[in-house]
Amino acid sequence: MPTADPLNENAPQPRPPLASLLLGAAGLVAWFLIYRQLLPFSRYLTFELLGLAPESHLGEAIQFFIYDTPKVLMLLTLVVYGVGVLRSFFTPERTRKILAGKRESTGNVLAALLGIATPFCSCSAVPLFIGFVTAGVPLGVTFSFLIAAPMVNEVALVLLYGLLGWKVAALYLGTGLTIAIVAGFVIGRLKLENHIEDWVREMHVNASEVPDEKLTWPQRFAHGKASVREIVGRVWIFVVLGIGVGAGIHGYVPEGFMASIMGKEAWWSVPVAVVIGIPMYANAAGIVPVIQALLGKGAALGTVLAFMMSVIALSLPEVVILRKVLKPRLIAVFVGVVGTGILLVGYLFNLII
Amino acid sequence: MEIKVLGPGCAKCGETEKIMRAAVAETGVAATIEKISDFQQIAKFGVFSTPAVVIDGQVKCVGKTPTKAEALAWLKK
Repeated sequence: MPTADPLNENAPQPRPPLASLLLGAAGLVAWFLIYRQLLPFSRYLTFELLGLAPESHLGEAIQFFIYDTPKVLMLLTLVVYGVGVLRSFFTPERTRKILAGKRESTGNVLAALLGIATPFCSCSAVPLFIGFVTAGVPLGVTFSFLIAAPMVNEVALVLLYGLLGWKVAALYLGTGLTIAIVAGFVIGRLKLENHIEDWVREMHVNASEVPDEKLTWPQRFAHGKASVREIVGRVWIFVVLGIGVGAGIHGYVPEGFMASIMGKEAWWSVPVAVVIGIPMYANAAGIVPVIQALLGKGAALGTVLAFMMSVIALSLPEVVILRKVLKPRLIAVFVGVVGTGILLVGYLFNLII
Repeated sequence: MEIKVLGPGCAKCGETEKIMRAAVAETGVAATIEKISDFQQIAKFGVFSTPAVVIDGQVKCVGKTPTKAEALAWLKK
């Protein structure tokens, strides 16, 4: 036998469940205590120790950076851990079983929710599409799943909450889900099944019987830890860079600078933001801090959210990959329907806020 | 022994191939390792979440990068 490997989820866990539970609770309390000290600490460091004036550009930019960076990273770690544990209850195989044979409407809602909860690697989108369609999951329901998965993303949610407050985060969650449900439903109504590539439709797949693992709680916690290592390890640099750029804009760009280009009065800015955002591919981590800074300078929330959604939900590389299983017409419908949904959300926000 | 690593080619799939190669080298079993990135072929195995590992036609794991200990256990059988 190989020696015990801490990375190995299947290795016997030396700690009894009670001890790991207590350790987790203690960690949570420590997290909370540190989190509450971040604002006073950043003020003290910037204005007392460094002696910068609270009203100065440099002082504001530096305090913003010192406060927001640890705040967002701490929130991110906590949420990614929680989501990691939650996702250990779901697998694409189980999700497919739930969705197969579901009717539209109920199926669309369920698929959008499962799209958030089911863990899968982004490059798995095409195999997943094939797996769902061949198992009898309706096309529209499959799309609800595939739209929700990238659109409603925990990293974006945390950053919006940490930088812009819970209301914006809740609006993003609600509208993201709605777009996935409605867009999937519309695609289903259009009866485009014959625009799936022929080889996919003719394929008869015998689902491979991979034994369904039953995980223990320590293994689920290990899952959470692994997602923190993977996701936070990958995005922290974008968060720091993004907040750095945001801090610069915050301190130096004049108030109202963005109002004329991205403000509410500029009606054309929403479609322009969506059209620019669709081919772009970036992760939410780097884009939200910049968005926050733009908002502070007079850009309208709807315009900025529409831009963010189109960047994370649709991208050129994704379309290129989907072309292997979808005919051009279906791809055009997919991009068109999702893009229109994002556009409407942008106008809606600009109207009500 | 015939090992196939299924995956379109993201970081996780590459990692999986590396782990399988390391495990084969460590045990010294005679095995061929093939990386399959064609979607049609992947689908034929009945696999729809990648990365996946197939050994002698049997699907060993789907949707995750195996640990080295898991890989070693598959090779011993």
